Amino acid sequence: MKFVSMLPVVAVGGILLLAAKDFPAWGDPQSPASSSPVSSHFIGSTGVDTEVPNMVTAVLADYRGFDTMFETVVVFIAGIAVLAILGGAGKRRASKRVHEVEAEPDLIVTNTARLIVPVIQIFAFYVLAHGHVSPGGGFQGGVVMGASFILIGLSWDLETALARFSIQRCMAVAAGGIVIYGGIGLLSMFLGGEFLDYAELESILPVSREMARYHAMLGVEIGVGFTVTAIMFALYANLSTAGRLKGGL
Amino acid sequence: MGLELFNTFILLLLVVSALAALRVRDLVTAAAIFGVYSFLMCLLWAEMGAVDVAFTEATVGAGISTVVLVATIFNLKRKSND
Repeated sequence: MKFVSMLPVVAVGGILLLAAKDFPAWGDPQSPASSSPVSSHFIGSTGVDTEVPNMVTAVLADYRGFDTMFETVVVFIAGIAVLAILGGAGKRRASKRVHEVEAEPDLIVTNTARLIVPVIQIFAFYVLAHGHVSPGGGFQGGVVMGASFILIGLSWDLETALARFSIQRCMAVAAGGIVIYGGIGLLSMFLGGEFLDYAELESILPVSREMARYHAMLGVEIGVGFTVTAIMFALYANLSTAGRLKGGL
Repeated sequence: MGLELFNTFILLLLVVSALAALRVRDLVTAAAIFGVYSFLMCLLWAEMGAVDVAFTEATVGAGISTVVLVATIFNLKRKSND
């Protein structure tokens, strides 16, 4: 059986390796991706349109902002789904782990976490706020922020982390992030533009049309960061305890 | 030349860690090796200039997904004899 399953694996691997030599060389200016008019348009006009130095963020949060909004909704739905599946199962399975022993949180681990968690959180804010100037943004900043809460949950226990960020608050923050994103989109619609056409925000912000897009991108990234932070922590809290939200690993 | 050597080294390590993650018996070890794999990918992305992707790979691939995998493994019942 192992030999039979080996055959398709080797065959597919061989085909992929054969196809790999058709790839354009890395950084080749003649490659289809580099020579298409779309790339040169974004490379040429991102700085002029939005004054955002990081093109990746400009494309992500502005040019295809609609797509990114629903990516955030997908993250939210993933969190809701895990909660719906495991949250209900929590009470039924409550008596399963009878052999559980109460362990004191390790002194060295907790004190290291005590030192490192504030640094992680400040770094998360930096990544979030600097996302349109340097690499980073809402998703990365949100994940780093969520990881700091997960670290609290890992080094003490889940109750300690949940006392700071309860599941109810997680869900409220996650939904709030999407409301911020969609709200900025709707606001630009009410100000006379299209949905997520941030340039229209210049009439309420004391800046130019380009800088309005720059600042709206930051607002949108903050919304994404809210959702991702909350969902990452809610995912960990539910998965690590099979929905019981007690004890932790 | 130096860059090519670096790339080859990382790609070799990638293959080794991918195979190791499959071969290893203990699931927690496999999850840790999977984190190593993600981090090597992150190095490759960063080296190719896709720093945003590298950042996402480091946070999501090497960070959160390893934690989620380990968290899930601890909730599995292990019935295997080996």
